[in-house]
Amino acid sequence: MAFRDEQIGVRAADGRIAAGIVALAAVALVTGGAFVGLVFQASSDWSGAFAAFDGYLLRVARFTLFQAVLSTVLSVGPAIVVARAFSRQRTFPGRVLMLRLFAVPLALPAIVVALGVLALYGKAGIFSGALSMLAGGDWPGIYGLSGILVAHVFFNLPLATRLFLQALDTVPDDQWRLAAQLGMGARPAFRFLEWPAMRASLPGIAGLVFMLCVTSFTIVLLLGGGPRATTLEVAIYQALRFDFDPARAVALTAVQIVLTLVTFTAITRFGGDYMASMNLSVARRRYATAGEGERLFNLLVIAAAFLFVTGPMVAIVVAGLGADLGRLAVEQAVRHAALTSLALAVPAAFLSVGLSLALVACRRALEYGRRERRPSWPEWASGSGASLVLVLPPTVIGAGWFVILLRLGDVYAAAPMMVIAVNALMAMPFAVRVVRPAYDAASARNERLCAALGIAGWSRLRLIDGPVLGRPLGTAFAFAMALSLGDLGVIALFGSDSVQTLPYLLMQRMGSYRTEDAAGIALLLGALCLGLMAISDRLGKGTA
Amino acid sequence: MSGRGGLEIVLDHVTFRYAEMEMGFDLSFAAGSVTAIMGPSGAGKSTLLNLVAGFETPVDSRILIGGEDVTGLPPAVRPVSMVFQENNLFSHLDVAANVGLGRSPALKLSWEDRAAVADALARTGLLGKEKRLPSELSGGERQRVALARVLVRNRPVLLLDEPFASLDAALRREMTGLVGELHFRTGMTILMVTHDVEDARRIADRVVRVEAGHVVGLGAAEEPAPGRRLSGQKRE
Repeated sequence: MAFRDEQIGVRAADGRIAAGIVALAAVALVTGGAFVGLVFQASSDWSGAFAAFDGYLLRVARFTLFQAVLSTVLSVGPAIVVARAFSRQRTFPGRVLMLRLFAVPLALPAIVVALGVLALYGKAGIFSGALSMLAGGDWPGIYGLSGILVAHVFFNLPLATRLFLQALDTVPDDQWRLAAQLGMGARPAFRFLEWPAMRASLPGIAGLVFMLCVTSFTIVLLLGGGPRATTLEVAIYQALRFDFDPARAVALTAVQIVLTLVTFTAITRFGGDYMASMNLSVARRRYATAGEGERLFNLLVIAAAFLFVTGPMVAIVVAGLGADLGRLAVEQAVRHAALTSLALAVPAAFLSVGLSLALVACRRALEYGRRERRPSWPEWASGSGASLVLVLPPTVIGAGWFVILLRLGDVYAAAPMMVIAVNALMAMPFAVRVVRPAYDAASARNERLCAALGIAGWSRLRLIDGPVLGRPLGTAFAFAMALSLGDLGVIALFGSDSVQTLPYLLMQRMGSYRTEDAAGIALLLGALCLGLMAISDRLGKGTA
Repeated sequence: MSGRGGLEIVLDHVTFRYAEMEMGFDLSFAAGSVTAIMGPSGAGKSTLLNLVAGFETPVDSRILIGGEDVTGLPPAVRPVSMVFQENNLFSHLDVAANVGLGRSPALKLSWEDRAAVADALARTGLLGKEKRLPSELSGGERQRVALARVLVRNRPVLLLDEPFASLDAALRREMTGLVGELHFRTGMTILMVTHDVEDARRIADRVVRVEAGHVVGLGAAEEPAPGRRLSGQKRE
């Protein structure tokens, strides 16, 4: 049809589509390359890959599911109570501050949190004396399942609380007024108003928490301890780094992919929002009438949650300040690691934002030029290409490339490239989520005008899109940089004495029992990431 | 800004499909003429303009401007300027930049370009407002900026897609007057979509009625303003 041909002719002239195709190709190269590596490895050694499906793998898979289910129950269950308490107690000093504090755990690198948990509940932790007395003997420390659970709940209880609060905010004011008029007490109000609102978002929230726990790597690596408390992701890492057993890694990876794929599908089926974790919002005002007894209960619940969440954070600060920060600051290894971290995080953030912008612009250009009601497959691909990494966790992508590079030559020489590429990909779902609404809104206003005046390509980026998208791009950049700075997943696989980032150095110091050093580095890393996240948040709020 | 006069526009058995509606336009607009396009909303008036401007591509048919086939050309290279009802300005750029973009899409302006911009701003009554942002202007002033850009672009065809619909009656009269002045000076071929019979009378020498994607009536505007006859356009 002539009509179609001409449409395509017009489209091809748009540089944004070319840029989008390049970005998609880059994403496909990184993820697909990993996949090819795994399949190739498996096909070259079928018997090895099959033999790897043994009792060990079964145990690991079972533990992965077990700890994830337990973490989810322990996070989501209490979160319902805490969210309800927050929602009923609308006015008490520090409420807004507490809810802001509940956003902090997700902004902290997992390795820093692991250290905080150890500093608090560990064998030599702040609470070890009290815990020893309670245990009636020597406190054995918190390694193993209990450590994993505490850290996972630390991350996910505040997250689930905030998401439930959002759900509670959807209850209309009029219903609360009606409830007050009918004289509903706490129990009926929960049954008729609060629970229905929370139940609707329960599957989505539980699915999200479950996904985060199933793919959790750093926490399990550092707090798991021993073969009895190992998850698939950690087992993949151990198979590659310590056992040099690619066949086993492939088998483990296959199981992990199936697991995340099933979980991801379930979340989307339940209408959950995987990216909801990134939203930072504080609840609105509403009518609420709580009796004295209930008020006391609510405040106790809130205080308990508050102490649980702030505990590890305080421990990080206390332990960190206890370290010899002056010596660390001038130590060659620390300086080197900090510079390496920055040298990798900045390009990763640039790459992440660049690829995201290309995909967003490409999708919009295709949508704008479309006359049919349904999106074409390139539009769909550029719209959802960034989400691919949600199904393929960084460790899985890293494992695939590790297997390829093992055949090609020096695995560890590729470390910088791998860290940059995979970390960039990790931040893309968030970057796209921030940039896309701003881009689409600007496009709706400016598209025709740009076409009429012939503003395209670099001119358009420089004069029109650049200035308009400055803030959302900054938000995405700071977020991607924080994520990359704090990530241990990829560098754990590819790191070596010659390429060390701060998290890698931190892990090494923990491994060699230089706890004080580790605490100092953790404080530095945590402050860095939190600062970047705060910048990201600040820039994001100014976006009109 | 002497103007190079208007060009003839020919829609040669143009067909176009939008959603469920099949449209067909087969008509021409004489060089230098001013035509009001009227009809109910959703009838295809804007589509007619978008076809001429190049925002829409017709099915198996041609559009000629000044005898030249422009069907395959993108909007920016057609000898056409267009003013929309809204979003005529980039909200983060000041008045001078918004007008300057009409000269250079990369905003690389020569001394001559800057002079043209200043002249256009003076003609549209915007002197002293060069550094203002669109948000600091009134609705009428914003459309004046759009018209100033039409002046610096200096293209022989001007398409107006209800540019004054959101202004009050007095302001609308003022703005149509300004368009009349532009026409007198440049001799552009003007197509103007409007709902307002007064507007049509004041400025157009011909009215085209569009309904359900087809032209259902052609006629002279009842009382074209006297000035319009002086601008030397051909009449049918």
